[in-house]
Amino acid sequence: MNKNLVLLAAVAAVAVGVAQFAYADPVSDKLVIDGKEMITRAPAPEGHPFKEVLSGWLFREPETRALEADSFANPGMLYVERGEEIWNTVDGAKGKSCASCHNDASETMKDVGAHYPKWDAETKRPINIELQIDKCRTEQMGAEAYKFDAADQKALTTYIKYQSFGTPVKLDLAKGDMQSWWDRGKKEYYTRTGQLNLACASCHEASMGRHIRADHLSQGQANGFPTYRLKQADMVSLHNRMRGCIRDTRAEMPKAFSDELMALEVYVTWRGTGLSVETPAVRQ
Amino acid sequence: MATPKPRVKVPKSAKAGETVVIKTLISHQMESGQRKDKDGKVIPREIIHKFACEFNGKPVFSCDMEPAISANPYFEFNAKVNESGKFKFTWEDDNGSVYTDEAAIEVS
Amino acid sequence: MNINRRQLFLLSAGAALAGTGAIGVAPAYADAPAADKRIAEFAGGKAPATGKITLTAPEIAENGNTVPVAVKVDSAMEGDDMVESVMILAEGNPNPDVATFHFTAMSGAAEATTRMRLAKTQNVIAVARMADGSVYMDRKEVKVTIGGCGG
Repeated sequence: MNKNLVLLAAVAAVAVGVAQFAYADPVSDKLVIDGKEMITRAPAPEGHPFKEVLSGWLFREPETRALEADSFANPGMLYVERGEEIWNTVDGAKGKSCASCHNDASETMKDVGAHYPKWDAETKRPINIELQIDKCRTEQMGAEAYKFDAADQKALTTYIKYQSFGTPVKLDLAKGDMQSWWDRGKKEYYTRTGQLNLACASCHEASMGRHIRADHLSQGQANGFPTYRLKQADMVSLHNRMRGCIRDTRAEMPKAFSDELMALEVYVTWRGTGLSVETPAVRQ
Repeated sequence: MATPKPRVKVPKSAKAGETVVIKTLISHQMESGQRKDKDGKVIPREIIHKFACEFNGKPVFSCDMEPAISANPYFEFNAKVNESGKFKFTWEDDNGSVYTDEAAIEVS
Repeated sequence: MNINRRQLFLLSAGAALAGTGAIGVAPAYADAPAADKRIAEFAGGKAPATGKITLTAPEIAENGNTVPVAVKVDSAMEGDDMVESVMILAEGNPNPDVATFHFTAMSGAAEATTRMRLAKTQNVIAVARMADGSVYMDRKEVKVTIGGCGG
């Protein structure tokens, strides 16, 4: 383990008055939601640093785990419902809603979100669900692109991703230049940034399972995003969380949907290959 | 979020005299009045301050709520049903709005 | 341990981080006397007894913004054996009031669950007032944790 990180964690722990250094195993519980068992442990794809990829759910406290397991109590489901309303609401100059072209999302969007981000031949870069929505809005609906993290963007993304609920994450890296974006994302994942000199891997690979102050460090998987975060008591998008992590290293934050974060999204999503889409997951 | 929207979970049927579990959830920020905006001004309190559930017009359960209730308020409680009928749920907002929902139950 | 310049910087950064992370809501916190006053009002001057009421809350809350809390009072909920109200208090919040549940004979059971905000590690208190005027109380400490990087 990195010496600086240990030191930082030690100082932080002493300052707060808790000394939690011990590695704590992720739990072995099964996550069953509405009778559907989620894949929270999956064999890692070739070239992955871990043998097994683990859902962040396994690292949470019992109450947080229980909240995600109860699809009624999970406040994230409010946003799924709101997303469904947006799906069926006409917006923009052309008088169309999502449903005007895509009809019933439970059929047309089924399992779609489990394979994003994917290659977009037109823009020659990876496209995620938020950008795909914006593309539909500007090109097909005559509506404006959403502002990053607008409430409707988060709700609609959550609704679309929810149509893949339980489906294992799998990206197609053979399409277009996906592989080179993956390569770039991997490089970023291991690059230390910020005044604290931390890479994604410092916490989510080298220290996975350890505690940073009171936080039980997970593998930093993307399969639950957008996720209902107890801290914000709101949905949190993947790019918001990645920016937050980067801010916490005290580095300049890249813009949402920038090349830097799109590459990271491709790579981080791949690191969770085989895990069920848990959107809307519940995290701390 | 848009206009607060309630969700309720009530069993479709029950036996006479049975106690059933009811769950309710509503989207609401529950602005506590403790936060400040980026100009340093206190964001005024705006919460749902009262929740009530009645069955066929008679009170079952209610709650006086304070700003310490989390965003998107959730309640789980029980109701004893002796006859078929309708549950009515109301949430009262500080801004004067009242949000309602209903659910029927078949009692045999 | 030899501490070089970079590590020294990290040290102070870590300390600063831990410091800022601990600040949540700024105003003066309620304290036990404020909660005691509420209990006295609610209990109509009676001293609360232990037993009958069970308060369930996590030992460690991963985030203070959303903490599940449940109460259960042993009662037949009919005739003279009725629970009128249960008040929840958070001793260490800026204001100790959280919620007051009101039950009726149609409640069937004096049980309820909700989710609350806790500003810091503190005692959570539940007080039940029965129809016959007797009062029961339970108390539990909930540790509120602070995220790794304050993020």
